[in-house]
Amino acid sequence: MADSRQATHAVHTPIYEHPRAVRFSHWANAVTVIVLAMSGLQIFTAFPSFGPKIPQNDLLEAVPKALVLGGWLGGALRWHFTFMWIFAGAGLLYVVSQVVSGHYRTVLFTRRDVRGVWPMVRHYFLFGPKPPSAGQYNPLQKLAYTSTLAFGAVSVLTGMVMYKPVQFSTLGWLFGGYHSARVIHFVAMCGMLGFIPGHLVMVALHGWDNFWSMVTGWKRRPDYVAPESGR
Amino acid sequence: MADRPLHHVTRRELLALSPLLLFGGFAIPAWRERLLEAGVAWSDTASHLVFRHNHLATSYREADVVPFEQFPYNGYDVLEPAIDFEQWALTVGGAVARPGKYTLAQIRALPKATHNTRHVCVEGWDAIGSFGGARLHDFLSMVGAEPGARFLTVTCADDYYESLDIETALHPQSLLCYEMYGRPLDRGHGAPLRLNLPAKLGYKQAKYLMTLDVTHVLPPRRSYWGDQGYSWYGGL
Repeated sequence: MADSRQATHAVHTPIYEHPRAVRFSHWANAVTVIVLAMSGLQIFTAFPSFGPKIPQNDLLEAVPKALVLGGWLGGALRWHFTFMWIFAGAGLLYVVSQVVSGHYRTVLFTRRDVRGVWPMVRHYFLFGPKPPSAGQYNPLQKLAYTSTLAFGAVSVLTGMVMYKPVQFSTLGWLFGGYHSARVIHFVAMCGMLGFIPGHLVMVALHGWDNFWSMVTGWKRRPDYVAPESGR
Repeated sequence: MADRPLHHVTRRELLALSPLLLFGGFAIPAWRERLLEAGVAWSDTASHLVFRHNHLATSYREADVVPFEQFPYNGYDVLEPAIDFEQWALTVGGAVARPGKYTLAQIRALPKATHNTRHVCVEGWDAIGSFGGARLHDFLSMVGAEPGARFLTVTCADDYYESLDIETALHPQSLLCYEMYGRPLDRGHGAPLRLNLPAKLGYKQAKYLMTLDVTHVLPPRRSYWGDQGYSWYGGL
């Protein structure tokens, strides 16, 4: 697959694909999102409900030990309160560096990308023809990356509401109140976790050079023309 | 840049990611606790920084208050510790001008404040309840708390103990609470006197108060749950 594409769009000069801030925040949050999800699930088991305390309707029974982190509520909160700073910090580093460098234009999903989503879905899942590539990321990728970032931002904001409902009361109001923020926090986590399997499959399919460029920044045999963005 | 040998470039690029190796510290048991301790300590510092002295917790309408029967009793061991209600008085000490025993009548004689605020448990549940009592601010004035004091510590009729920052203690909604739902506090909710702190999590709002000290430093035993790993600050 990669070979046929190189035949049509051969550009063999290595290009600097992922700036340092992107790679740094990618790997920091690759670890952090897992830590937060696992400790978050442990926290949720302390009160596994979105309803009132009395009467309490549990949504979970026993959770496998392999899926949780921290051992008990207090232990899980320690992980959550430590990694939430890394998560928000790396997210902020990513957004600021993308905006300042202008690199966001290669990845931000905009209205122009809407039309390209369905052909890519057809290509990936329904054996449709491969749409002609235009730029570093296709519309479906842009949609996936942009929505995952949005889920991350929402998880930080709703986390702030749950952590400080009194100090951030206006933010709480924006998210529909304390209970609603707790539900949205959970939905945002599902959104981020939902991204991971598809992402890993695509990484596996695209091979070593593609993976290694997220480590070193350099892609040895790019299959698209390098954008004009500098380092 | 691209005409230099690729492996030279990538080595430098790898070095730029080296701070990520710090994650490995969380895999080493001896480091893990210290790192997490630092994370929680920083979270408490940040919590203190965002605390707004005169920002009030929402006081809800009567219609939003859960029925008294649905306001949870939450005790860590017994709901009715042995208390001699006839003899009960709050023993006040530490950095105060007028230490001694203060009766419930003396506390009730202070202006009464009531509000319907959200009680938030660290576990994730919450309940909007109706609370009444004397403002801690007024009580601390009555006992003559030293202006430079930084903490307030309490011990309870059970083995529970807590402490909080003086800023939260002086918050206008922080109460020495002797009433819920317009009735004297019942035993399970902490009779005869408990803390009601709408800007703190439930575990900071100690029940069955016996002693109250104003201090400049935190005692080694800071907080029943805080000493077991919960955040000491516990602010909302």
